[in-house]
Amino acid sequence: MITVENLTKSFQGVSALNGVTLDVEAGTVLGVVGPSGAGKSTLARCVALLERPDSGAIRVDGTDITSLDGSALRAARRQIGVVPQGDSLLRQRTAAGNIALPLESAGIPGPQRRTRVGELLDLVGLTDKAASYPDQLSGGQRQRIAVARALAANPSVLLADEPTSALDPETTGSVLTVLDRARAELGVTVLVVTHDMGVVRKICDDVAVLEQGRVVEHGKVLDLVNDVASRTSSALLPAVDLNPINESSYDRVADVVLVGFAAVGALLPEAAHRFGVELNIVGGGLTRLGETPVARFRLGLNGERSDSALEWIGEAGGSVQRSLKGPQGVAA
Amino acid sequence: MRSATPWSDVFSFLLEATGETLYMVGVSTVIATVLGVPVGVWLQLTAKGGLRPNTAVHRILSFVTDLGRSMPFIVLLVALTSVTRLIVGGSIGSTAVIVPLAVGAIPFVGRLVQNILSEVHVTVVEAAITTGASTLRIVRSVLIRESLPALINAIGVTVIALIGYSAMAGVIGGGGLGDLAIREGYQRFNDRILWSTVAWLAVLTTVIQLGFTRAARASDRRRHASV
Ligand SMILES: Nc1ncnc2c1ncn2[C@@H]1O[C@H](COP(=O)(O)OP(=O)(O)OP(=O)(O)O)[C@@H](O)[C@H]1O
Ligand SMILES: [Mg+2]
Repeated sequence: MITVENLTKSFQGVSALNGVTLDVEAGTVLGVVGPSGAGKSTLARCVALLERPDSGAIRVDGTDITSLDGSALRAARRQIGVVPQGDSLLRQRTAAGNIALPLESAGIPGPQRRTRVGELLDLVGLTDKAASYPDQLSGGQRQRIAVARALAANPSVLLADEPTSALDPETTGSVLTVLDRARAELGVTVLVVTHDMGVVRKICDDVAVLEQGRVVEHGKVLDLVNDVASRTSSALLPAVDLNPINESSYDRVADVVLVGFAAVGALLPEAAHRFGVELNIVGGGLTRLGETPVARFRLGLNGERSDSALEWIGEAGGSVQRSLKGPQGVAA
Repeated sequence: MRSATPWSDVFSFLLEATGETLYMVGVSTVIATVLGVPVGVWLQLTAKGGLRPNTAVHRILSFVTDLGRSMPFIVLLVALTSVTRLIVGGSIGSTAVIVPLAVGAIPFVGRLVQNILSEVHVTVVEAAITTGASTLRIVRSVLIRESLPALINAIGVTVIALIGYSAMAGVIGGGGLGDLAIREGYQRFNDRILWSTVAWLAVLTTVIQLGFTRAARASDRRRHASV
């Protein structure tokens, strides 16, 4: 579990972090997103103990790690696995040798080291590449070895700064799968910095949006998508207004967000049936957040009980975000 | 006109001088490496962005290193006479030449090593830091091991440079190939000795250079060996 409290950091008077507070629950994945220069890497580097914050606290499993020195600092670093931004493998060591580095730092003897390296190669699916040198691996394979190295000493948290930034979509998938396995199989708490909302969509439970050194949005992805005003929802949900519609042909037009199999599959037909209204999907679409199907639709309704139908959808777990036509806020 | 020195004598001259040169250069290279690599490491550790940045220490160390490098070898050879006598118990002969050769080469090696170590990418070093590795481990397993091919080449460059410097060893009776070429060849108008020595030096340095290049390549695990 990671807790960041009121973190500030400036470089030569230029503020990079301006009172950042956030937390990552044990065993979950937090995505830190935001525009270039927002302070994402600075935040990650502070948590990775590569940069000392000016003020504030960073707790990993309850212990403040910001003011450690010497061997306590090195011990804390072993608790925090880091996948740095960019190429970070030793080019003169094999894949297995790279994964072994944290184990050597921890003073783990040779035979145990080899066993552990074998487990990690298996976890990242690169057992057959144990003896390959980084230059003989693809970018995605190198990145998976970097993840394996970060996990070698059994850290309780894993940090990754833009782990997929230089990769094509398919390779990105393989790296994300590995991060997801780390969380699922090892129970590691993950903080991943990314500019790619696809990463958030695929593996993040929570998201924090950073802008100019401040957290401007922080919460569960599935909660934030229900909030029409949130940056997360506009970035992750399908656009609704691609096709201009003829509003006059409907009594009511409203946007609705549906989360989960049940809601996406059954809610709208049920509403139409119950209230005897005509209910058309006139915009939007379906996507997937992790394993959860999520839809944002623009609905066009005709019928006397259209308002009641919208209200019922809201009560039944859908989120009616705005009524574009008809009494404002009727069911929201 | 005298008749030319018989080839058999030329060979025995060359053999003896080669032995002296290899002795002087070999021992001073070992000493310069053993002492120069730590100097280079220390320079890099204390540099801005190093593992233990320390401007004051770095400035002083840089100053001393550059001073040592700018000293002409012939001056060092003469200036260090008393130091040499103290260390090797005499101030002439091959052994006596080793002291100024080594002293001259330490700052040379130090600077080369620092430049090479500074080429190791900061992300690679930081990745090692995040594993909780000690500074000593990072120096050994990351800085030095990652640069090993370039370091081996740098030692090769040092050997060649020291062969050049050792030509001045004659000044204090050190012998060696340079001395042979100058005293027996040039000063006594013995062209056969002069040109055989020159040719042999060319062969010797080429072979040495080749050996170091091979060793550097053998130590390199990168696909594109470009050092
Ligand atoms: N070592 C440094 N020295 C000076 N300024 C720095 C340093 N590191 C970061 N900054 C500044 O701090 C701010 C935040 O940088 P940071 O690298 O954290 O941004 P980021 O969100 O990771 O951006 P990107 O998406 O481009 O990676 C920027 O204005 C940057 O110029
Ligand atoms: Mg960044």
